Amino acid sequence: MFEQYHTNSLLQKFFGLFIGIGFGFCLQKGGVTSYDIIIGQLLLTDFTVVKVMISAVVVGMIGIHLMKTLGWIEFHTFPGSIGSNVIGGLLFGIGFALLGYCPGTVAGAIGQGQMDALIGGAVGILIGTGIFAHFYPIINSKVLTIGTFPVETIPELIQIPRWIVVIIMILLMIAVLQYLPVFGL
Amino acid sequence: MLELLLEPRWSPYLAGAGIGLLLWCSFLFSNKPLGCSTAFSRTSGMIESAFNPEKVKNLEYYTIFPPVIEWQWMMVVGIIIGSFLSSYISGTFQIIFIPHTFYTFFGDNLLFRFLTALIGGILMGLGARWAWGCTSGHGISGLAQLSLASMVSVIGFFIAGIVTAILLYSL
Repeated sequence: MFEQYHTNSLLQKFFGLFIGIGFGFCLQKGGVTSYDIIIGQLLLTDFTVVKVMISAVVVGMIGIHLMKTLGWIEFHTFPGSIGSNVIGGLLFGIGFALLGYCPGTVAGAIGQGQMDALIGGAVGILIGTGIFAHFYPIINSKVLTIGTFPVETIPELIQIPRWIVVIIMILLMIAVLQYLPVFGL
Repeated sequence: MLELLLEPRWSPYLAGAGIGLLLWCSFLFSNKPLGCSTAFSRTSGMIESAFNPEKVKNLEYYTIFPPVIEWQWMMVVGIIIGSFLSSYISGTFQIIFIPHTFYTFFGDNLLFRFLTALIGGILMGLGARWAWGCTSGHGISGLAQLSLASMVSVIGFFIAGIVTAILLYSL
């Protein structure tokens, strides 16, 4: 729909900045730029992170699927693999618990004055991504290609039309949000 | 409306819904999913370029993700600004070195906190690129697109995160 703007790199830098400002604002207001909230989630004592994520996915999913059906936008999915998403996901998770922020919330934590996010976390992430860049050819050929998934999306995997999966997922996620307070979370 | 912006904290549902709306905007206006970790790898390449430009130029990874300032890099800068604005106008901005929960459990050793954060950051940076995305790229944008790779990654993030956090906090 806005294809003519997508290739304007200067304009896109401004869009990126504005979307980031909104994103940082929402992350901070949601409390998820706080180490205490993130660690509380991983220790299963505070479900704020899950509530923010599920709400974002529910609202995001409805809008982008509608826009996709109308032909306004393109999706960006790619086939994953066991070597990439399982191993990478687990490595990320260990780092997530030690650091207590993720790559987006570490930036938000810096914005609200967390020095451990700046001096420890952000520097660590830069080193980690740098190491990956150096070893990419070998990791790519030896690990990332192990067990490539046959399909890109969940509807293709379970062979149910996309919009039905969207509706089922939204109902499931709303049910989770409904029941979390019942368990005192 | 103004009162809402000055609130120190929003309901997690409202904050999440706001992020969901931003996802619509990023797909519509920029043809991009919300993601953060590529910006770190670009920055890492830019820093290394300052010392060893030839080496960086020859690395295959930086031919796929060139170390330049683009949409996502500006978005991460925006996150820092947005979070600063949010905390500043609600009066919660504060320079903190050790988070409260960490302090209560592990004490006031600054070096210990910085080392755990540094090691955590290294593993996270490595894992985020290894899995081709982070909590926002997979956890929000990917799940909203019903991506299988994202679903698997998010399950991995939380399983390893929960196990590690419980082990760490039961030391």
